[in-house]
Amino acid sequence: MSTVAETEAARRFSGWSRVRGWLTNPWGRPRFLVVVTWAYVLWAIVPVLIAVQFSFNATRSRTVWQGFSMRWYWGDPVDSVWHDPTLRHALVQSLKLASADVVIATPLGVLLAIGLARWQGWGARPSNFLMLFPLVTPEIVMGVSLLLVFTRVFTFVGTGTTAQILGHVTFSISYVVVIVRGRLFSIGRQYEEAAADLGASPAVALFRVLLPLLTPAIIAGAAVVFAISIDDFVISQWLSSGGATDTVPIQIYSATRAAPLPSTNAIASVMLLVTLLSLGLAFAAWRAFTRGERQTKAAEDLGVFEI
Amino acid sequence: VYRRWLWPGFALPGVVWLIVLFVVPFYAVLAVAFGTVDLLSQPVPVWNPLEWNVGWVVEVLHRLAPGGTFSGLAVRTIEYVAISLALSLAIGYPVAYYIARHAGRTKNLLLILVILPFWISYLMRMLAWVNLLAPDGYVNRFLVFTHVLGQPRDWLGGRASTVILALVYGYIPYLILPLYAALDRIDRSHLEAARDLGASPFSAFLHVTLPLSKVGILGGAVLIALPMFGDYYTPNIVSGAPQTSMIGNQIDLYFHGGPQQTLGAAITVLLAAFLTALMAYYMWTIHRASRDLQA
Repeated sequence: MSTVAETEAARRFSGWSRVRGWLTNPWGRPRFLVVVTWAYVLWAIVPVLIAVQFSFNATRSRTVWQGFSMRWYWGDPVDSVWHDPTLRHALVQSLKLASADVVIATPLGVLLAIGLARWQGWGARPSNFLMLFPLVTPEIVMGVSLLLVFTRVFTFVGTGTTAQILGHVTFSISYVVVIVRGRLFSIGRQYEEAAADLGASPAVALFRVLLPLLTPAIIAGAAVVFAISIDDFVISQWLSSGGATDTVPIQIYSATRAAPLPSTNAIASVMLLVTLLSLGLAFAAWRAFTRGERQTKAAEDLGVFEI
Repeated sequence: VYRRWLWPGFALPGVVWLIVLFVVPFYAVLAVAFGTVDLLSQPVPVWNPLEWNVGWVVEVLHRLAPGGTFSGLAVRTIEYVAISLALSLAIGYPVAYYIARHAGRTKNLLLILVILPFWISYLMRMLAWVNLLAPDGYVNRFLVFTHVLGQPRDWLGGRASTVILALVYGYIPYLILPLYAALDRIDRSHLEAARDLGASPFSAFLHVTLPLSKVGILGGAVLIALPMFGDYYTPNIVSGAPQTSMIGNQIDLYFHGGPQQTLGAAITVLLAAFLTALMAYYMWTIHRASRDLQA
């Protein structure tokens, strides 16, 4: 009797001590950190996967799984993403804002980055400082200021799509600048100088030498602008004039606070797919343009902003 | 002349854009916060700083002071941000440290997985937790199944713990990347030197790695603390109750719920001033750190 209990206890103890030994083994890799890191990654991503899963639920529940269906995407004649006019409008509005933002903010940002990197006059430092501000200003402060300026000063703008586009461009420019400027520093000036020595005017050197070299960064910048614009909630909400100008994040916000259906999960999943596809596309283009260069800066160009 | 104006000319459109749509709007907030109101309590901006009326800002300061109607709000905001920041650092530092130092072949995979949440809409990530924390959601079912809870708990009914969890979940990716960048940049020969001179792994970490990553820690902390101080949507989504509202919720209320835009603008000005001070402290710290490194 007692021996059985003892061996049982001993086995349990040895099992535990093996786990503990594995975790604290000073000669192996630090296992404790392995566990923490993978636990974090799972915690960061699994909830989103579950949310995507419930967009395919067959019933109105977002919490109890009752079988696979495409009901919330197009099956349901009233509440699906395809048939609910509110959700469809939101999708169109989000894509509209993001496209306009890319078209306006990317060239502005590229020009500003080149200008700030080459300009040595008295205005360069303040301009550089000004460029950094939108990156660290909380969105609510920008939201309040843009709302007040569009309703009290530039009253011809008012709220709505135009105001939203202007707002999105304002917070996007700096991201393009930071990304393009990183590339400008790593290119250096020698190619332009070589072109100038060979007789190219500054304009020719710019279009024939610098811009082609900058293409990967411009692509990365455009992709980042698209992604941050499509995910933006605060500026879109503060500058929305209601109903027709609500974007997908605004719909998710109001639906979540009321009584969300799986169609909310569905529209969120659609946006996730759009974002990841555009980033994948940008990454493919980026690879194509940097073939032959070191392939290490990809993650940094697409993800890390050093301020 | 052509060459002299070439590069400023490139910067011009962007700079003008930022002046018109970033500087002027912020000045408009100042003009409203230091302005007056008409009979319908609509704000009347005052553009001349010499004629500014400090009444609104003083009133907000009174309300923020201990005993005032906003003092609870201010204390709660600072508490939530401080706790969320501490938790984010406690989770984020080991993760960034592992990826930078020990991940080996899994480094690129882990980096992608850590960057991924950046590209998932913040609102969707909050929606994911609203689903999980619902009365019959996975979290409650798991806790009831394992007998941790006798019955489902109302996680979304105004709990501070839920709001803090959501803040950590929402902002931690923005902390891990700067931390990773700082840790990845540390020259390993410093560590090898410390170990050769007899330091234990722990003491090498404490005296070499930790001080060298200080700038990264501060940078990441400031980077997530600034937006957290201005957050209003996170508490609204996962709680929505007044007992968990933050200073941002009050601004949101003044603009979207009531007619007192002037008071809202005054809070915004004070918030911006507070955050600018925080930012200045951070810049001063980096400045000092880089000077120390050169010395």
